[in-house]
Amino acid sequence: MKRWFVGLASVLTALALIASGCGGSSKNSSSGGTTTTSGSSGGGAKGGVMLTVANAAPSGSPDPQVNYTLQEWQLLIITHDGLVGFKRASGKEGTKIVPDLAESIPKPTGGGKIWTFKLRPGIKFSDGSPLTGNDVKATFNRIFKIGDSPNAGSWYNVIQGADACLKTPKTCDLSGITVNGDSVTFHLTEADPEFLDKLSVPFAFILPASTPAHNLSIPPAGTGPYMWKTYAPTKQIVLVRNPHFKEWSAEAQPSGNPDQIVQKFGLTPEAQVTAVENNNADWMFDQPPADRLGELSTKYADRVHVNPLTATWYMAMNVNVPPFNNLKVRQAINFAADRNALVKIYGGPKLAQPTCQVLPPNFPGYVQYCPYTKNPSAKWSAPDLAKAKQLVDQSGTKGMTVKVNTTTNDVDKGLGLYFVSLLNQLGYKAQLQALSPAIQYPYIQNSKNKVQLAFSDWYQDYPAASDFLQILLGCGSFHPNSNASPNIAQFCNKAIQQQMDHAGQVGITNPDGANKIWAQVDHKMTDQAPWVAMFNPKYIDVLSSRVTGYQFSPQWYFLLAQASVK
Amino acid sequence: MAEFAFEPEPEIRLAPGESAKAIEGKSPWRIAGRRFVRDRLSLAMLALFLVILIGSWLAPVYAHHIAHTDPFVSNLTGTTVVNGKRVQVIQAQSGGLGLGSIPIGPTWHSNYFIGADNQGRDVMARVFYGGKASLQIGIVSAVICTLVALALALLAGFFKGWTDSVLSRVMDLIWAFPVYLLAISLATVLLTKPGGLKWGPVTVNSSSLWVPTFIIAIVYVPYVYRPIRGQVLSVREKEYIEAGISQGASNLRLMFSDILPNVLSTAIVLLPLMIATTILTESALSFLSIGVQPPNASWGTVIEDGQSLLYSRPLVSIVPGVMIVLTVLALNVLGDGVRDALDPRAKVHVRE
Repeated sequence: MKRWFVGLASVLTALALIASGCGGSSKNSSSGGTTTTSGSSGGGAKGGVMLTVANAAPSGSPDPQVNYTLQEWQLLIITHDGLVGFKRASGKEGTKIVPDLAESIPKPTGGGKIWTFKLRPGIKFSDGSPLTGNDVKATFNRIFKIGDSPNAGSWYNVIQGADACLKTPKTCDLSGITVNGDSVTFHLTEADPEFLDKLSVPFAFILPASTPAHNLSIPPAGTGPYMWKTYAPTKQIVLVRNPHFKEWSAEAQPSGNPDQIVQKFGLTPEAQVTAVENNNADWMFDQPPADRLGELSTKYADRVHVNPLTATWYMAMNVNVPPFNNLKVRQAINFAADRNALVKIYGGPKLAQPTCQVLPPNFPGYVQYCPYTKNPSAKWSAPDLAKAKQLVDQSGTKGMTVKVNTTTNDVDKGLGLYFVSLLNQLGYKAQLQALSPAIQYPYIQNSKNKVQLAFSDWYQDYPAASDFLQILLGCGSFHPNSNASPNIAQFCNKAIQQQMDHAGQVGITNPDGANKIWAQVDHKMTDQAPWVAMFNPKYIDVLSSRVTGYQFSPQWYFLLAQASVK
Repeated sequence: MAEFAFEPEPEIRLAPGESAKAIEGKSPWRIAGRRFVRDRLSLAMLALFLVILIGSWLAPVYAHHIAHTDPFVSNLTGTTVVNGKRVQVIQAQSGGLGLGSIPIGPTWHSNYFIGADNQGRDVMARVFYGGKASLQIGIVSAVICTLVALALALLAGFFKGWTDSVLSRVMDLIWAFPVYLLAISLATVLLTKPGGLKWGPVTVNSSSLWVPTFIIAIVYVPYVYRPIRGQVLSVREKEYIEAGISQGASNLRLMFSDILPNVLSTAIVLLPLMIATTILTESALSFLSIGVQPPNASWGTVIEDGQSLLYSRPLVSIVPGVMIVLTVLALNVLGDGVRDALDPRAKVHVRE
């Protein structure tokens, strides 16, 4: 997903067109642990109101099958459940998929195409109605019926009958889902090694069968420990306890600690920092501005938590537009980029780690690799400007005009400015084009705009190598003249694509073997240099002194309900 | 938004404390010059403006020979010498958790005199260069705006009828848009055009200073056009114009020899006020990233660069802000002085 998942509806519409068969595995997934977290799962003092603050409400519709923002997902995971879910824990444990509404995780049959889930007995929605198999089927039908669920056509089209549902959403009745009492069976058109991951995210959280098939103004009843009481997009969100909730799995859905969780909108990040510092709020959703990091780091160090993310920030080079249609130029920029300088722009070495490759550390398929460092090593150490200049000379592209596209956000713009300066040093005539974040992402995806060098970033949807490599650099994810073409570099290498497809096939039966292939793919991609991979960022949580029991999940970030407020 | 109103009183009147004998037999321009040099405040402001102008034009000298820096190149991993010690220009926070990095503050030496920005560039050098761009855009756009407005007002006021109706309605149309909204819309369209702007054989790079210059000039044309058109309409009815027509004088001669000199003083009075306004507009647009494009600097972009450093390095924003205040103040006082000199009783005022 793009940073904070925001504005990704368009991307995932594009993904509907991506050839299926992504490989990778969730079973071997791992993620970096927290650097400053406390960490016990469950427990903690109950009661109280956790007051959180954010600049604005989650963007887009609040409907759980449409919204694609971390901000709303952090709340949806405590109000709703899927058949399976990511374990609510910090560190590597948090990437494990555990049974949630289903009693257990089934072994697929029929060559990985048939999955039968048995529902736990006695679970009720917050409106008091019991959970049944029909609710499950209705939920998946609704993903298609609603019409604008961003990844209906990309993630869930593997269910039999999905093609017909995509053609005529209103009459969708997935033939691939059969209900027999408390058993629900999914019949897939082909084996999908990431099927469980796709069932673990909010799009697939089970809703009552009676939920209307149109965008809702507040998430409907769910099965989690909380329920949505208020959704006022200009004011606040209020979650209160679900009176019908009884904990059935502390791993999948532990009961929450605060009695209420409130998120108020309208505060700038500056004001959010001040509010949390003064204990007027318990947690801020937005990242603190760079200017406040000093005081947070010194005066409020005990209330700050920093965690590595499975994310990569990069500059995409359009391989179809000069000068970046020349491999030597792309490699030259990679050699010249001073990743230490880029890390400084992001906030310093404590907040980001330099990288040269697509996959982030602690991710399935990650094997450290860097061919673009001064002193040859798997780890980047310093830029090699002499080598870069030599490659530029050989390419014969010196003097060309290059436009560096970025957003108007401070950090993004700073990164863009750095590349303008670097390109000028290498002999190009570089200019900056800074666009509003809402415009920039669709703009750089559209090949009509002939963007040359564009800033972007990617955060995992779920822990699988294909979520980076296939989506961002696969042939199927480049759609000419479309605003929804996540392969911004327009990179398509048939040999590498074949290897990715092969990794997808291997992943169905041999996730470890698949990850070894993904590692090779990652390195080959890096050699082809469609990106300047810059760094892997970390995430800062700032808490009031009232909050205890902080846990950071690599999948869902700060687990709000597992913390306690005094 | 500022708009200008001018109520002309063409006869030469005495300024307070001025004797009839002192101006007797002198041309209106000499009288105006005499009055202006006696206005000490206006002269001081003219001097201030000239100092700022010359200082800004000497930006390359300051950057290369005094600060020894290139203010358009990022220097994130560079170093400088402070009190004999070599220090990083961008320093990682050392205390506590060590989060964040901060640019060097004022050294009060030639290099990084008031510190660095987030890219490790010398802020003082960028303020000098910023002044050059801001003043260039402000002055050129005000001159273009005034010339275009003057030409259109002459046409509309002289020919009247359909010409006047069409031109005035077009001006009304531009006036109907809030200035910043119009400027932002134009800038957004023009700056995102792939390959720059092309008008026949002319190609303008989208990062060229001409883009904000023309945008700003266009949006302010109606504000100058209106008062001058009113004056042209008034002068057009004078007996000497009627006499010229009856003697067969050409339209061009009437417009440029008989009418233009009588409305020129209005344009001259408006010019410094327009420059002040266009400098403010340029700064605002650049602050919003739709004026001068990085890595070029203008006072607006330097303020924007400092926005994220307000807590730790406030001088990055304050210094260019002060420069804008001083320049606009100087130009406004200067404008008043010119107005008083040209006609002590003419009422030019800015309505907010």
